[in-house]
Amino acid sequence: MGRYVLRRLLQMIPVFVGATLLIFLMVNVMGDPIAGLCGERQCDPATAAQLRRDFGLDQPVWQQYLTYMGNVFTGDFGTAFNGQPVTELMATAFPVTIRLTVVAILFEIVIGITLGVLTGLRRGRPVDTTVLILTLVVISVPTFVTGLLLQLLLGVEWGWIKPSVSPAADFGELIVPGLVLASVSLAYVTRLTRTTLAENRRSDYVRTAIAKGLPRRRVVGRHLLRNSLIPVVTFIGADIGALMGGAIVTERIFNIHGVGYQLYQGILRQNTQTVVGFVTVLVLVFLVANLLVDLLYAVLDPRIRYA
Amino acid sequence: MTIIDPTDAVPAPRSGDDQKTGPLLEVRDLHVEFQTREGVVRAVNGVNYSVNSGETLAVLGESGSGKSVTAQAIMGILDMPPARIPQGEIRFYGQDMLTMSADERRKLRGARIAMIFQDALSALNPVLSVGFQLGEMFRVHQGLSRKEAKAKAIELMDRVKIPAAAARVNDYPHQFSGGMRQRIMIAMALALEPDLIIADEPTTALDVTVQAQVMDLLAELQREYRMGLILITHDLGVVADVADKIAVMYAGRIVETAPVHELYKRPAHPYTRGLLDSIPRLDQKGQDLYAIKGLPPNLLKVPSGCAFNPRCEKAQDICRTELPPLVPVTERDGAELPGRASACHFWKETIHG
Repeated sequence: MGRYVLRRLLQMIPVFVGATLLIFLMVNVMGDPIAGLCGERQCDPATAAQLRRDFGLDQPVWQQYLTYMGNVFTGDFGTAFNGQPVTELMATAFPVTIRLTVVAILFEIVIGITLGVLTGLRRGRPVDTTVLILTLVVISVPTFVTGLLLQLLLGVEWGWIKPSVSPAADFGELIVPGLVLASVSLAYVTRLTRTTLAENRRSDYVRTAIAKGLPRRRVVGRHLLRNSLIPVVTFIGADIGALMGGAIVTERIFNIHGVGYQLYQGILRQNTQTVVGFVTVLVLVFLVANLLVDLLYAVLDPRIRYA
Repeated sequence: MTIIDPTDAVPAPRSGDDQKTGPLLEVRDLHVEFQTREGVVRAVNGVNYSVNSGETLAVLGESGSGKSVTAQAIMGILDMPPARIPQGEIRFYGQDMLTMSADERRKLRGARIAMIFQDALSALNPVLSVGFQLGEMFRVHQGLSRKEAKAKAIELMDRVKIPAAAARVNDYPHQFSGGMRQRIMIAMALALEPDLIIADEPTTALDVTVQAQVMDLLAELQREYRMGLILITHDLGVVADVADKIAVMYAGRIVETAPVHELYKRPAHPYTRGLLDSIPRLDQKGQDLYAIKGLPPNLLKVPSGCAFNPRCEKAQDICRTELPPLVPVTERDGAELPGRASACHFWKETIHG
């Protein structure tokens, strides 16, 4: 197990370097970062050259990348063009997005798994068909539609929630945005749970559990669910990374000042440092989440052992 | 087989409020059918058999003969629907289990009637330790604590001769060999010392040497606890050693019943004769092995009359029109042969001819 973790951690290095280098290059070819700094007007050439020197943009790209990575490892993600350190932006943005992700994951677990169990045990009944159609609708309608629709109905028309989330973004305000963010994954979790449950329900060990005279609750909870939730847990684990980085649309709709919002602003303003910084952290989050999922898999299924 | 020492402590028959005289288990006119897309599959069509304490009944038949379905109906583990029991009785100590409440039946399962499944690898839960799965019996049925249950589980594993039981109690099913896994299945069935054990092809998934060990163990434990045993199998070799009586099934019906050695000596049904003739024998080396022609019938379209008639060498017109009832078999002079019955129009010719 220890060796496996070590190997996986070592494998992370090339993935990390490759991913960040790609981002770095892409942002660099996107356009001249200086151009955006002078507003609508063309920059005066002397000022532009000065700025270029100040930001180290006159050096070759590979050197810029090395300098940047060196700084990253000392905890310096650079300065955004408005003078704010990127780490400061992260310190305000990440807690908000983490809260949003937590809300979304909770929705996935509670509603997704509950609906999955309900439909998996009642396959072919009206409940099953209804939920199945609903999940199909949720999966096929894009997030921005569900988001805007909920915002319009709950926020504007009926006034149940505030249509825009305050900068504090506490949990209460994030319930509806969290639901919107979770919606598609939630539908997938429901379907995945339903399928694995229905499949395992006919398995021999469930028959054994019934033959042992166990109460139905225990047959389902201990024997059926314990096995069926393995793929679901892995899916949810892998989804954490996706939710954190993929909240751009939801955060835009509800005006949440989280990671997605900062990334959006960074791209819009050609703010290299912000974009690369945030993406670097997201890459790390993805890698760690994936490793944890793989380790969790071995814990949940004793047949899998990593050497 | 080991010789039974008469002074061996035989546990007294268990006393219980519901205990009555008569057979331990009696199946009467049991029918089971399955609703499928293609139609109603009549898997069991009026099966009768009984088992007493300490007795072994072997149920013999090809795949699809209804032997496993009967067993699952007795256990109450049929998926209903699609399965349905339109008629019949399953009496356990005289009480019809089919009229019991679901909870009453659940309490009997595992505690009084236990089942051993064919493939222990898939029948044991892959993600729970064997200690947990064994201990679960005690925790659910007797309310023991986790710790007490584990101690009992180790005891059980010792009982079925699993080496280093205490060290292996936390292992998972896939970490055991096939024979050891089947021992764990047996241990699980034995856990609460049930009155009746149903073993559904317990040795089919094992290799021959391990088969013998597992059967010996099962027979030994059965003697010790004086349990009734229903052994479902298609292996005539296994049956000869351990069974007291045999019921041969074909297309959801019993076609012949007999005490074990009489069946081998003088079968009273052409199907049984065919089965016996298809056992490879050393003195027929070099000759073609006999096989019953044709295939078991499609249960959606069971042939009219005797279901075996299309495959039977002795079939006459009556066999195609009239269903033969299961009738007692007698000697030529009419002397009774206890326990023998055959569902063949020509049983006389078959047994005496």
